[in-house]
Amino acid sequence: MTRHHPADAAGVRPAGPAPAGDPGPAGSGTGPGAPVLAVDGLSVRFRMRAGRHVEAVTGASFRLAPGECLALVGESGCGKSVLASALLGLLPGNAETAGSARLADGLDLLAADERTLARTVRGRRVGLVPQSPAAHLTPVRTIRAHLEETVRELVRPAVPAPRGRLRGDALRAAAEAAAERAAFPAGHLDRYPHELSGGLAQRAATALALVGDAPLLLADEPTTGLDRELVHRTVDELRAHTRDVGRALLMITHDLAAAERIADTVAVMYAGRIVELAPAAAFFGAPGPRHPYAAGLLDALPERAFTPIPGAPPELGALPPGCAFAARCARADDACRAERPALTEGVACHHA
Amino acid sequence: MLELTGITAGYDRRAPVVRGAHLALRPGESLGLLGPSGCGKSTLARVAALLHRPDRGTVTLDGRAVTGYRHRAPRDLRTSVGVVFQQPRLAADPRLRLRDLVAEPLRATGRRTEADAAVAELTERVGLGRDLLTRRAHEVSDGQLQRACLARALILRPRWLVCDEMTAMLDASTTAALVRVVEEYRADTGAGLLAVGHDPVLLARWCDRTTHWDEIVDGTVKD
Repeated sequence: MTRHHPADAAGVRPAGPAPAGDPGPAGSGTGPGAPVLAVDGLSVRFRMRAGRHVEAVTGASFRLAPGECLALVGESGCGKSVLASALLGLLPGNAETAGSARLADGLDLLAADERTLARTVRGRRVGLVPQSPAAHLTPVRTIRAHLEETVRELVRPAVPAPRGRLRGDALRAAAEAAAERAAFPAGHLDRYPHELSGGLAQRAATALALVGDAPLLLADEPTTGLDRELVHRTVDELRAHTRDVGRALLMITHDLAAAERIADTVAVMYAGRIVELAPAAAFFGAPGPRHPYAAGLLDALPERAFTPIPGAPPELGALPPGCAFAARCARADDACRAERPALTEGVACHHA
Repeated sequence: MLELTGITAGYDRRAPVVRGAHLALRPGESLGLLGPSGCGKSTLARVAALLHRPDRGTVTLDGRAVTGYRHRAPRDLRTSVGVVFQQPRLAADPRLRLRDLVAEPLRATGRRTEADAAVAELTERVGLGRDLLTRRAHEVSDGQLQRACLARALILRPRWLVCDEMTAMLDASTTAALVRVVEEYRADTGAGLLAVGHDPVLLARWCDRTTHWDEIVDGTVKD
């Protein structure tokens, strides 16, 4: 179970279903201009044996506007996926969280109980595009069965129906419409996940994520292991389902090329902290990244210098007192090693 | 030379994945093989690494025709090829500590006494910290595990390396670091390299020459 560790209960909403029309008491703002997701000071740490803690995410803050795509990039093991799990309430039992992550209607995802998350959040207000769709789908059921189940649970029929659920022909038609929305070919609906190519499995998973018409899509490494053409197609489709229709997209990825292709905003994560938050055009183009780590990451691309960042990231269980990147940074000095830089004006570096 | 001639291979004789593939590498040469997902390039890489017996065709390694694959390959042929796979999780025995994972080829060939020195030297070369060596696969990240898998592939000092999508799961910095390790090893030993992948930019930057899947299989059959 997820718990808050600091005394932060003031922001905690009482649990229970919160219909979209009911604005939260926290007053984070509702209406068309409100962010789809407002994350403030989100921290996640794991309790380990002997009283040790692993600080997986520390003080992450960002906003996602309707239609915006934010790419969260960083090396493997930097805490990206833990952040995604926290937003869906899927952290393991030894996790402790702090801070808040509010949806447009004021619901704090970190404070919500399992019942609220299961019944009103997952699939309905936050859609998940999984990392490896072929493994995410149930191997013994066809794509049609997946879609029909999801539609039955998430879509309310226009005319009153028993138990408020779609049935029969209407259900079948709605499932086919859901498939079509993600360009999944109708002729493949009766196939099992293992009979699909990587691209089609990805579309099936995207179709499932879109069924609930959630205002926020969360894509966790949606392109890992796909070939370049498929990466382009997948991220282009994600963009079509988000920016063009006013949904927000949080894409977690280590694939900088995919991020460059669709992101409006880039957040670079290092050792559990967001070290740079910048508009994508400025980050990938001119004037370029401002944090030395972000610059190193870009320089490692084969299109650019193809030189790795020296050294290795620190253990999240034993972070240094100063800047976590100081040990690998050419510009590090005594100030960097002594004092941890805060994220100010989009960058957390003493030298930026 | 590493030569593959007329290779037809797959998992069902009636529907082979690879039909009539030809490939030749000169000693010390690096070749990047490009192809879309599912085209059969990983199967061909397994054939080149003597890990999969082709239905038809011959593999010639340094002038010797290969007669057996997997455990039937003569040891000196088998150990002359090092392999790194795409998914380190699936290529690592979860019971082994990283130190034993890297040393496994030495143990398997009865050279256990060399392990301590060789493991220390290689893990430093691939950038694997000393404190990681006592951990098991589930306690390290994909990038760290792939570094261990690369060290394992190099520990017998193979004359040939086969890297099948070695970096597909890795971030940009780890990718660049591992490619550098491979290139330093090749500069040291003059080993040849077959790098299989789907990223033309990466392979063009990494290899002496690249070829596309369509250019190495007999034209007519494609699905």
